Amino acid sequence: MKIFRLPLLLAFAACAFVPSGFGQGLDPSLLKKLPTTSWPTYNGDYSGRRFSPLTQIDSSNVHQLSLAWASRFTSSNAATGVVIKAMPLLVNGILYFSSPNNVWAVDVRSGRELWQYTYPHNTGSTIGNRGVGMYENWLFVEMPDSHLVSLDASTGKERWKVQIADPKLDYTSTAAPIVVGNHVLVGIGGDHLDNPGFLESRDPETGALQWKWFTTPRKGEPGIETWPDEYASAHGTGQTWIPGTYDPELNLYYLGTGNPNPVMAEKSRKGDNLYTCTIVALNPDTGKLVWYYQVSPHDVHDWDATETTVLVDGEVDGKPRKLLLQASRNGFFFVLDRTNGQHILTKPFIDTLNWTKGLNAKGQPIPDPAKFPSTDGVLVSPASNGGTNWPPPSFNPETGLFYVGTNKTFSMYYLTDTDPRPQGWGGVDRPAGNEGGALLAIDYKTGKTAWRHDWPSGSGVVAMLSTAGKLLFTSNGNNFIAFDPTNGKILWHAGLTAAPSNGPITYMVDGKQYVLIAAADTLYAFTLN
Amino acid sequence: MMRRKCVLALLAAGAICLYAQEPAATPANPAAAVAGSKEDPAAVARGGKAFATYCAGCHGATARGGPGAPDLVRSLLVLDDEKGILIAPVIRDGRPDKGMPKLNLTEPQIADIVAWLHVQTYAAGHRTTYEFKDVLSGDPAKGKAYFNGAGGCSSCHSPTGDLAGFAGKHDPISLQSQWLLPRSPRRRGGAKDSASTGLTATVTLPSGETVSGKIEHIDDFTVSLRDSHNQYHSFTRNGDTPKVEVRDPIQAHTDLLRKYTDADIHNVTAYLATLK
Repeated sequence: MKIFRLPLLLAFAACAFVPSGFGQGLDPSLLKKLPTTSWPTYNGDYSGRRFSPLTQIDSSNVHQLSLAWASRFTSSNAATGVVIKAMPLLVNGILYFSSPNNVWAVDVRSGRELWQYTYPHNTGSTIGNRGVGMYENWLFVEMPDSHLVSLDASTGKERWKVQIADPKLDYTSTAAPIVVGNHVLVGIGGDHLDNPGFLESRDPETGALQWKWFTTPRKGEPGIETWPDEYASAHGTGQTWIPGTYDPELNLYYLGTGNPNPVMAEKSRKGDNLYTCTIVALNPDTGKLVWYYQVSPHDVHDWDATETTVLVDGEVDGKPRKLLLQASRNGFFFVLDRTNGQHILTKPFIDTLNWTKGLNAKGQPIPDPAKFPSTDGVLVSPASNGGTNWPPPSFNPETGLFYVGTNKTFSMYYLTDTDPRPQGWGGVDRPAGNEGGALLAIDYKTGKTAWRHDWPSGSGVVAMLSTAGKLLFTSNGNNFIAFDPTNGKILWHAGLTAAPSNGPITYMVDGKQYVLIAAADTLYAFTLN
Repeated sequence: MMRRKCVLALLAAGAICLYAQEPAATPANPAAAVAGSKEDPAAVARGGKAFATYCAGCHGATARGGPGAPDLVRSLLVLDDEKGILIAPVIRDGRPDKGMPKLNLTEPQIADIVAWLHVQTYAAGHRTTYEFKDVLSGDPAKGKAYFNGAGGCSSCHSPTGDLAGFAGKHDPISLQSQWLLPRSPRRRGGAKDSASTGLTATVTLPSGETVSGKIEHIDDFTVSLRDSHNQYHSFTRNGDTPKVEVRDPIQAHTDLLRKYTDADIHNVTAYLATLK
């Protein structure tokens, strides 16, 4: 009898939370499907592919794509004006998105604001906010002073807030929470000081800590042998500022971790520095590490490996495999078996890389000590902002191609802290040149570039979205652009008032497909009018 | 007497610690960090001296810890401190249980040390305050040879022409940055932006007419120029029509990026630093 009663009781409890009108809770099954009428999590679904099955807007009619609405957002608490770097969520007809200290709910049909939540002024970093997470009718968002806030999606009223880190420690709290089951997975950023990196899981109802996984090991834990001592490891950072991806069948949460600290002064942290610059697979119920693969052993160039870990069911040597793809900030494209972390392929995706002595037996780049930052400077490609960076790539299962925004930059890397115990960054890099940015379409089976589009100006590190309508959406400068994903032909563009500042998303509302993009303080919704 | 002996012993230990460190560690005290931390420069200067006298023996000259004494720059107590509320009691009373003596410093001395510690944590966390070390490690003679030979620099530049007095205009670090990338870097990593790069272009219309000038903007959809009469021209681009030939005045610098060794760069910098 008990067996029957419990679900009934839960169902009743859940009903009690569903308000009338807008803002009904998120159906968690949507998170595991390709996104159509919703965009319920950072990348649309858990896979990180940023691929939509929608076909109403396609390569034959995209030239008719035009504005449905544009909506501008302001805040009394945005240091330098609102910049929407967040990936909006769309749930039950409402868009939810954030900027530092702000969250909005907007009617997807009109762009009309339903509510705005503004956080009190604080001194935390306002470099960006990547978005909100959602569980039933609750939203979760990080604030600059390292608090996680939960809001009622219907009203924007604060339910609770919990501190996730000491606000005095210069953490950069920008990550979009990802909800897996009843776990709100919360990452963090910031490498100004040598603070511990972590990912933690919070209870969606109460905000209570469920588990906390430090990205670097402590005494007695596996991986500690890759640091000189526990002190270096505990101050070795390795942040978690880009949302991970999730395979529901394997119940593994995949995440790329950030660079080690001190960032450019490596004398006090000899060794591989696990688990910084590493792709890790965690059990989301326990926070236990299941496997890892380090893409930049002993990084000294600020090349966070936080870029989206894209989950693809593909083929290797004619056999179906569960794969994980990452174009990493260090300039290498990696393919792993996501069941066990086994290495499959490593290929450079920019041809200016000059910092390795080749690859080891596991396909990991071997750093060249001659290219470690020095007091008189060493010339290294890429610059510290990388061959690519946080703007998410897209994988299109119909073309088999991985689309990623890239730059071919060079920097002089200087060591400024020669103390035996360097701290913080301990060095800086200065721009030394640039061969330009390009959109690359990479064949995951070979790592080779199937086609490329070199931009005449502007940064090439931009976000991607691909669709079954044989379209690839991205941007360059102020232009929002649609490509043919098979061959790189430009099919459509629109000039916006600023450079797109987040990634495009797409969805169906009332039988019409829309493509949504933010540029600074404005959201633009395009459709076939 | 006991107290004095203790301080003297600490000073002796400090001397040993300092001797053992290499290279000589210099605590952060640049004006930028003092200003950024909003501490009183005079107090910071006094605090630095007091720290060296009373604290450095155990905590190290840069406050980053010594045998048995913690790193103060990474100390949560120091990082969380405001106006000495947390730090001052520790200095005032010592931590006898952990081997830190009570030093009998005056309240102003304590406040000065607090100010100096705040500058240390600010400096570590703010890389805009970092000070470059010596970048003049190269050989000027080899740099001159590279300039006139393999580098091909002399085909555009002359030490008695455009580079006369070059070293007088730049300190060594900005000199090295400037000759490697002679344009204002607009952002970290130097995203290629047409607005300030000095790019020029010639646009050839289907009619055969050509327009040349400085690029004001270029992307895949438009190109706009100012010609030699400062007249503005703007064109819609559709693939290869019209034909647009872009010239980058620093293309020769970009081409060298794949060819330079670090020694070449350091040698050229050392040579250019002689052009006072």
